[in-house]
Amino acid sequence: MRFMFRPIAVALLFGIGLAGGGLAETQAPATPTPPSAPISPANTTTADHSKFDILQQTFKSGPEVTAACLTCHTEADDQMMHSIHFQWKYESSAGQTLGKSVVINSFCGNVAGNEARCTSCHAGYGWDDMSSPPPQQSTAVDCLACHDRSGQYTKSATGAGHPPLDPVKPGTQTITGALAWAVDLSKAAQSVGQTGRDNCGNCHFYGGGGNNVKHGDLSSALYTPEISVDVHMSPDGQNFPCSTCHVSDQHQWAGSRYDVTAADHPDLASGAPRDSASCESCHSEAPHPNMIAGLKLNDHVNVVACQTCHIPEFARGGVPTKTLWDWSTAGRLDEDGKPIAVSDWISPTTGGHRHTYMSQKGDFDWGENVAPYYAWFDGQVEYTLPTDTIDPTKVVEINRIKGDATDGKSRIWPFKRMEGRQAYDVGFSKLAYSHVWGPTTDTALWTNFDWPKAIEAGMKAAGAEYSGEFGFVDTHMYWPITHMVAPAKDAMDCAECHAEEGRLAGLAGVYMPGTHSTSLVGILGRLIVFAALLGVIGHGLIRLIAGKKGGSHE
Amino acid sequence: MSKRQVKVYPRFERLWHWSQLVLIVTLAVTGFGLNGMYGLVPFRAAVMLHTIAALVLLAVWIFATFWLLTTGTWRHFMPRIEGMLAVARFYAFGVFKGEAHPYHKIYWRKHNPLQAATYFVLKWFIFPAIWGTGLLYLTYNFWEPLPNSGFWLPIIANLHVLAAYVVVTFVIIHVYLLTVGHGFRHHVAPMVTGFDEIELTPEQEAYLDQNEPWRLKG
Repeated sequence: MRFMFRPIAVALLFGIGLAGGGLAETQAPATPTPPSAPISPANTTTADHSKFDILQQTFKSGPEVTAACLTCHTEADDQMMHSIHFQWKYESSAGQTLGKSVVINSFCGNVAGNEARCTSCHAGYGWDDMSSPPPQQSTAVDCLACHDRSGQYTKSATGAGHPPLDPVKPGTQTITGALAWAVDLSKAAQSVGQTGRDNCGNCHFYGGGGNNVKHGDLSSALYTPEISVDVHMSPDGQNFPCSTCHVSDQHQWAGSRYDVTAADHPDLASGAPRDSASCESCHSEAPHPNMIAGLKLNDHVNVVACQTCHIPEFARGGVPTKTLWDWSTAGRLDEDGKPIAVSDWISPTTGGHRHTYMSQKGDFDWGENVAPYYAWFDGQVEYTLPTDTIDPTKVVEINRIKGDATDGKSRIWPFKRMEGRQAYDVGFSKLAYSHVWGPTTDTALWTNFDWPKAIEAGMKAAGAEYSGEFGFVDTHMYWPITHMVAPAKDAMDCAECHAEEGRLAGLAGVYMPGTHSTSLVGILGRLIVFAALLGVIGHGLIRLIAGKKGGSHE
Repeated sequence: MSKRQVKVYPRFERLWHWSQLVLIVTLAVTGFGLNGMYGLVPFRAAVMLHTIAALVLLAVWIFATFWLLTTGTWRHFMPRIEGMLAVARFYAFGVFKGEAHPYHKIYWRKHNPLQAATYFVLKWFIFPAIWGTGLLYLTYNFWEPLPNSGFWLPIIANLHVLAAYVVVTFVIIHVYLLTVGHGFRHHVAPMVTGFDEIELTPEQEAYLDQNEPWRLKG
C-alpha cells in the first residue's frame, strides 16, 4: 500500500514551492532523484510497450516520443488537439468562451505574458504565445504526461511543457515544485499505459502554483489518501484512479468545473452510460438504506448535492489550500531592496509553514479542514471575463454561480470561496492582465517588483486596451468541491444545517426544520403556552391564598 | 342513589391514556428539539424517535377510535351546553370559596361538560390538525412535484408546530386541574386502578350487579 511513496515525499518536501521567480523554499537534496514507478490501475492491456521496436531508441525530445506513438495510434493527436487539455478553451452553454487561455482567475491571473511558466502544465510541447492557438504540428501533443507509468516523466516548471532533459540546468524545478532530475524518455516511452492518478495529480494537484493552492479538494494527499480523506481513492477504500469517475472517450474527458452535472439525470439508471460521472451514476438517487433516517436522507437528494453532506470539509489530509490572495501588497522590499518572504501560517495538523507574505505575490491566507461555502448551483458558472465591465466599488465575482432554489435543476453545492484582491484597469473598469513571470524581462513583477510595468506589459501581451491607470479590487472566485468524499460515518451531522445559524443559514428558498424556532408561529405558540402557565399559576395562587381546596363533592 | 366504586376506565382505556402520555411527551421533546428550540436530542435520533412515536400514536388512535365506536363509549366525549356555565363559573369563582364541584360524575357520563367540550375540540380539531399536518410533512417528497409545494410546506410545518403548542397548553391545564377538588392523587388514581366513585341509580346498580359484576368493587 506504499505505492507512490516518492512523489509523496517529494510533494511534502517541495509542496509549497511555487516555481518561477526563484521560489525554492526548502533546501533541496544535492542530486534530485526521480520517483519510482507508481502502481498502475488494473492492467487490461494486450500490449507490452517495452517490446515495441519503435520505442527501442534514444529519444532526444518529447515530440520525438510523440512521433513514435503516432505511428500506431494514428488518431490520438487529432483527438487530443480537440480536447480542453490541449485547447485550454471551452465554449460554455451560456455562450461564453472560457478556458485557461481566456479567463483571468484570482490566483496567478492570466496566462498571456507568462506562457512558458503557465504552459508547463499544458498537455503539449512548446506553446509559448497565448496570442496564437496551441502548436498545430501533431508532435506537439504530450502523450507521456498522461500515459507515462515509469513515474520519472515530468515537465519542467518553466519549459512550456517540455520535460527536463540531460543536462538539467541547476535550479530547474518540475511542475510539482521538486528540484528537477533528467527524464529518461526511452524508459518513459516503454512504460506507457492507462492513466494513473499520479499523471493527473502532477498537474491538477498543483494548480495555482503549488500543492492544493487552487482547488482545495485536489492535493498531493490524494496520491495515497487515508480512507478518512477520500473513501474512493484510498488504497484502504476503493482505490479508484481519477479515470474511474472522469470517464473518457477518444481523449475527451468527462467532468469539468466549467460544466458540472449539478443534479444527475433521473431518467438514467445507476450504472447506465452518462456523459459525465456523478455520485448517482454508481450510488443511485436513493443511496441511503430504506429505514426511517435513510428515507428522510433520500428525500434530500433533489435539493442537496451528495457532496454537501459527504464532504463536510475540504483541504483534508494535511495539505492546506490558499484561501486569500491579496496581490495589492506585492512589491514591498526590505531596506536592502531584497524581496521579503514571511511564513507565519502554521498548519494545525502537520505544523508545516506557509507563506503569508511574499514580495512577488502579496499577502496570503490558508486553510485546512475548511468548511465550504454553499450555494444553489445548476452546474453553470458565468465568468467576469477581461472584456467585461466591472463595478470596482463592490466585490467582483470572478465566476458567478448560476442556479436558484426554484429552477428545478439546481441543488445546494459546496464551494471553496477564494478571496482575492487583484489588479484592474481603473480607466476602463475591467480586470487587468499582469505580466508576473519572465526571468529575462525587465517588466515581470516577480523579478522587478514594479506593478505599473507589470500591468502595462501584461495588457500588451494580451493585446488589451489599457487606460494606463490601475487599481486593486476585491474579488471572489468559486471552486465546486467534489473530491475528498469522507466515509459515511464522517458525513455531516444533520444539526450542522438544521440549527439556528446553521451552515445553510440565509440560503433562501428551502424550508428547513430546526432553523427558525422563533418564527412568528413559534412566538405565538410560546405566548399561548406562557398564558396557560400564567393562568394556572395565578389560579393556583388565588386558591392558596383563599385557603380553600374547593371542589369536593361533600 | 348510592355511591359505588365503579370501574370506569377498563384496561384498554388506561393503557390508551398512559401510552398517549408517553408518546406525546416523546413527540413533544423530540419535536420541539427538531423545531430548533433546544439541542437536547441529536437531530437524527430525534427524527427517528419522532417518526416512530407518531406512527405508534396513530396506530393507538386507530385502535382507540375503533374501541370508542364499538363500545359506545364515544358518548362520553359528545359535548353539550347544559351545565357548562355552572362548571365554568365554578372554576372562575366558586373554587376559591370552597364551593362543591357542580358536576357529579354519573356512570354514562364521566366528563363534566367543560371537559367534554375540551376533549371534543382536542379530538376533532387539534389532534387531526397535528397528525394531518404531520403526515403531510413526513410525506413531503411524495407531493413535492405538485405545483406550489414549496409554498405549502412552510404553512403545513407551521400549523404542525402551532398545534403542538396547543397540545402542550392542554397538558398544562389538564395536569393543573387534577389538583383541584379531591387533589392530584385522588384524581390520578382512577386512571391507574380503573375504579372511581360514581353515583349509581338503583337500576344501574342492579344492572351492573347482575350483568357486569366485575365493574363494581365492594
